[in-house]
Amino acid sequence: MMANTSDRFILQTRNLNLWYGERKALANINIDIQPQRVTAIIGPSGCGKSTLLRCFNRMNELLPGIRIEGQVLYNGEDLYGSNVDVTEVRYRIGMVFQKPTPFPKSIFENVAFGPRIHGLTENLAERVERSLQQAALWDEVKDRLHHNALGLSGGQQQRLCIARALALEPEVLLMDEPTSALDPVAAGKVEELIVNLKKRYTIVIVTHNLQQGARVADTTAFLLGGELVEIGPTSEMYTRPRDNRTEAYITGRFG
Amino acid sequence: MEKHETTRVSKALVKGVPLDGKGNGVHHESPPLGNTKPRPAEAPVRGLLFLSALVSVMTTIGIVLVLATEAVSFFKTVSVFDFLTGTKWTPLFEPKSFGIMPLLAGTLLVALGASLVAIPIGLASAIYLSEYSSHRVRSWVKPVLEVLAGVPTVVYGYFALTFITPILRRVFPEMSIFNAASASIAMGIMILPMVSSLSEDAMRAVPRSLREAAYALGSTRYEVASRVVVPAAASGITASFILAVSRAIGETMIVAIAAGATPKLTLNPLESIQTMTAYIVQVSLGDAPYGTIEYKTIFAVGLLLFLMTLGMNILGQWVTRRYREVYR
Repeated sequence: MMANTSDRFILQTRNLNLWYGERKALANINIDIQPQRVTAIIGPSGCGKSTLLRCFNRMNELLPGIRIEGQVLYNGEDLYGSNVDVTEVRYRIGMVFQKPTPFPKSIFENVAFGPRIHGLTENLAERVERSLQQAALWDEVKDRLHHNALGLSGGQQQRLCIARALALEPEVLLMDEPTSALDPVAAGKVEELIVNLKKRYTIVIVTHNLQQGARVADTTAFLLGGELVEIGPTSEMYTRPRDNRTEAYITGRFG
Repeated sequence: MEKHETTRVSKALVKGVPLDGKGNGVHHESPPLGNTKPRPAEAPVRGLLFLSALVSVMTTIGIVLVLATEAVSFFKTVSVFDFLTGTKWTPLFEPKSFGIMPLLAGTLLVALGASLVAIPIGLASAIYLSEYSSHRVRSWVKPVLEVLAGVPTVVYGYFALTFITPILRRVFPEMSIFNAASASIAMGIMILPMVSSLSEDAMRAVPRSLREAAYALGSTRYEVASRVVVPAAASGITASFILAVSRAIGETMIVAIAAGATPKLTLNPLESIQTMTAYIVQVSLGDAPYGTIEYKTIFAVGLLLFLMTLGMNILGQWVTRRYREVYR
């Protein structure tokens, strides 16, 4: 049983604990992420959702005073192993942030950024086009690829950031509240995109929009106070939660 | 509840508001607005502050006026064209010649040399401080750089003459004692903190989210610095270069001490030259009689110097505004 779990799950944590200085942010997390699915992490503000997400591509290391114990496995390999190059981790596991973060460069150069630093410059233009198409942005920007990306609307900027992450063809795409800074129409487009992308990518999304979680996620994990309360198929989670804290959160009694 | 009641009563008593017996102050007869006298200190303070601001404005206007009137009187004797294009500068001895080119070349040569020292080192240390150094390292490197900025320029002057020149002369024996190269190096060190600290400010103003986005794509620290942070801070960095060069053009003491007093149209840094500022020092300290043409030259030179540094500063501000990226 234990032996083949790593075949079924692309990302797993084993007794993961994390401290910001003295404050414990994650307590003994054991979570398994299935490939080619959308997994949503929900929970009230400050419960550790983003922190957990950032353990999957080692982004937490950029902050001073962080301490991590336990394991994060990627296809059964320890992401934090001493022989693992962090740039390689982030090459395979992409990330999209809460606020759009286009670089002050052209649309083309934004998407080409990852391929360029990883030496994937062959057929670069095709790669950029393909990524923009996957992010459902191509038709809107194909005539102004060399205009500054900061001229795009917020929703377009966010899809550009998704295209930028997809340009490296990552296995996993981590999304940290990707629609919370967008208007409802733009958010809807991004949501639609997420559902389409799961055919090719494994997506882990942090959201505090429960309706969004219900719409896009196959699996939902509920975090509270740095602990994983429960994880299961989204439909079960929303209709028959096993834990009454989950039920309280989903029915809006706190959070 | 009890406590609340007490405070309300005591407040009412302090304000002299009548009580209605239940402990509530009666407020319906508050005085109309606009009845209160302005507090006495306000008007004179305002006036004093305005006067202080006026002092610097008036001084600037006064300086420009003096420069302009004396220069205009100079240009009655020497045409602006001859002044700007002449290649001989010999106002202090016969035959007199008033071509600014040698002084301009000397000034630009030293400023260029100083930039060659200050810009690469300044930019590199700014990148180090902003992107690489730990908080602990920065907390002692920054003050050291600020000390460098606080060294009096006269110290840099004799540092150039008594320390840099002897070293350079071991490499280039034909070099003059007074030369452009030593002054350039000393001046480069002098403007270095300006470049590094202004550039670092510009880099630190780049939002952390942009760095995170670059790291999340698998960038190394160097790639984040060189492909995201520096381009995003380009306007601030360019402005720091321009301001530093402007400072180098206007700097006086180092060149007066170490660069020489020979107006020479040359681009060879090993030779003795004279800059515009050093010439002004020479004449101001000498005995050019008031009202003579050689006396008036310093105003013409000063005006040109002023216009150059003013132009650089305006350019610096324009660059900052023109290329400032909009971050939210």
